[in-house]
Amino acid sequence: MISLTPAEIEALLLSLRISGVAVACALPFAVIVATTLALGRFPGRFVLDAVVHLPLILPPVVMGYLLLIALGTRAPLGAWLYETFDLRFVFSWTGAALASAIVSFPFQVRAIRLSLENVDHGLYQAAETLGAGPIDRFFSLTLPLALPGIIAGAITAFAASLGEFGAIITFVSNIPGETRTLPLAIYTAIQTPGGELAAARLAALSIGLAFAGLLLSEIALRRIRKRAVS
Amino acid sequence: MSIGVNLEHTFNDFRLSAEFSIPEPGITALFGPSGSGKTTLVNMIAGLVRPDRGHIQINDHVLFEHSRGINVPVRERRVGCVFQDNRLFPHKSVRDNLFYGARRNPHKLSQDEQQAILAMLDIADLMDRRPNLLSGGEKQRVALGRALLSNPDMLLLDEPLSALDHARKQEILPYLEWLRDHRKVPILYVTHAVDEVARLADHMVVIDQGKTLATGSVFEMLGRTDLPPLSGRFDAGTVLPARIVSRDPKAEVSFLECGGQRLVVPYLGRPQSDKVRLHVRARDVMIARTPPRDISANNIIPVTITKISDEPGDTIDVTMCFGQDADATLLAETSGRPKIHARITKWSGSRLKLQPHQKVFAVIKSVTVNGQLRDR
Repeated sequence: MISLTPAEIEALLLSLRISGVAVACALPFAVIVATTLALGRFPGRFVLDAVVHLPLILPPVVMGYLLLIALGTRAPLGAWLYETFDLRFVFSWTGAALASAIVSFPFQVRAIRLSLENVDHGLYQAAETLGAGPIDRFFSLTLPLALPGIIAGAITAFAASLGEFGAIITFVSNIPGETRTLPLAIYTAIQTPGGELAAARLAALSIGLAFAGLLLSEIALRRIRKRAVS
Repeated sequence: MSIGVNLEHTFNDFRLSAEFSIPEPGITALFGPSGSGKTTLVNMIAGLVRPDRGHIQINDHVLFEHSRGINVPVRERRVGCVFQDNRLFPHKSVRDNLFYGARRNPHKLSQDEQQAILAMLDIADLMDRRPNLLSGGEKQRVALGRALLSNPDMLLLDEPLSALDHARKQEILPYLEWLRDHRKVPILYVTHAVDEVARLADHMVVIDQGKTLATGSVFEMLGRTDLPPLSGRFDAGTVLPARIVSRDPKAEVSFLECGGQRLVVPYLGRPQSDKVRLHVRARDVMIARTPPRDISANNIIPVTITKISDEPGDTIDVTMCFGQDADATLLAETSGRPKIHARITKWSGSRLKLQPHQKVFAVIKSVTVNGQLRDR
């Protein structure tokens, strides 16, 4: 068993932390947006749909650039957040999490929305005749029935943010121990003369991580499906 | 207990115009062919579809009144629904499905009443299962229980048996009969099956092409041959109230009394003096001018012709009342003496020179009588 160097462990843990925080913080918003898109009928639905999907089609570097000009400490919004909440995104791991969350957001929304749209509308009618109001129906039917989609979405988003590179390096730069995630560490190793071995080791680590993630998601989805068969 | 409905609704090219009232508890069949607007009507009563005009009322509780802008939300209507496709919540256990409505209703049934419903539906063993592990019949029983436990003012059953095969139907029917006989909740039962109507219903609303054609007791309505959905070649007939007098020692047949006449039907397996309903289809009734002898048919009933309706086509419908006394036709109108219908060819009619007030004999083969139907 080859042991990992402290720098490798640092990059690995940082990647897991950034992706975990990104997915966890984006999840409630993803559920709300997906529900709105799946069940709501309102003007401007198309616009919301397009905005949510924007990170899928925009180059990540552009996303990072946009975040930088919006949330840099000299930008009005960034300055306000910094002064009011002491919240600074640039050159910080929280900024990396924010960038990852935005880039992986469409994956979450799509998966949740799909599972919501598969729910038989008749069930909502039945619940209504039994006395359940809209909020009650959301928590007693919508959420549990969309659970497989929520899990699937979270896992896909987690995997996508583990691999995020462009938006992070543009927005929060490449700071060891703060924003240098696995992909950024690989990039750094390749840029360093004689860093081929280090790059290969990090790449192998990434591949191992991906497989472990896949396995976990498969197990989780099987359990969920067993519990909630429609 | 009464339910009043008077509605107008148009969508696409379909016009629905319904007017009826249900006077008392018991089962009212909303009967009509598919596409006649039954489900739309039921959805309007439940509040799932908003009618263009009209009103809906259960007792003093106005659910919808277009002119006064009243439209009570679905969840406050207290109308229990059982849908054709059961609509059980797939992620919840049978128990959680059953009590979904009860938990949300401030007017709960007492513990005893809840237990009585659960015991009657025979679902104690299913409580911890999920709906996908239930048979079709079990699913409908759970759906019925879920609606009942929510303590509704009225039950809407939208073709609850139509997705089930014959054996499953027979399994559910006794539960519906129990419901009719032991619960006070009025039931609107949507169906296009005459046998279900004849077995279960007390009243009947006939609907065809979006229009309610007639309302009345099930005996009266099933006896009418002028209503398009009922006058089909196979379904037109009569429902006769009868009482079991005795059975033969070998239990091959049951002897019944109906309107002062003795009838013989295949053994019903029910005790003496039980009331039953007989469904006799018009095409199974023969007419003889003199009592036939040496004939296999067991029931030869002296009757008087009250009406001969000449219909387009090759058949006529002959309405006859029981008895051959001089005032038989009068008694049929005033004292509820039973009537029976025969559908015969025009050719037979003219060969026998049938005409109103003529005294003839209705001949009914025992095996054609659908005597599985019980009455309270």
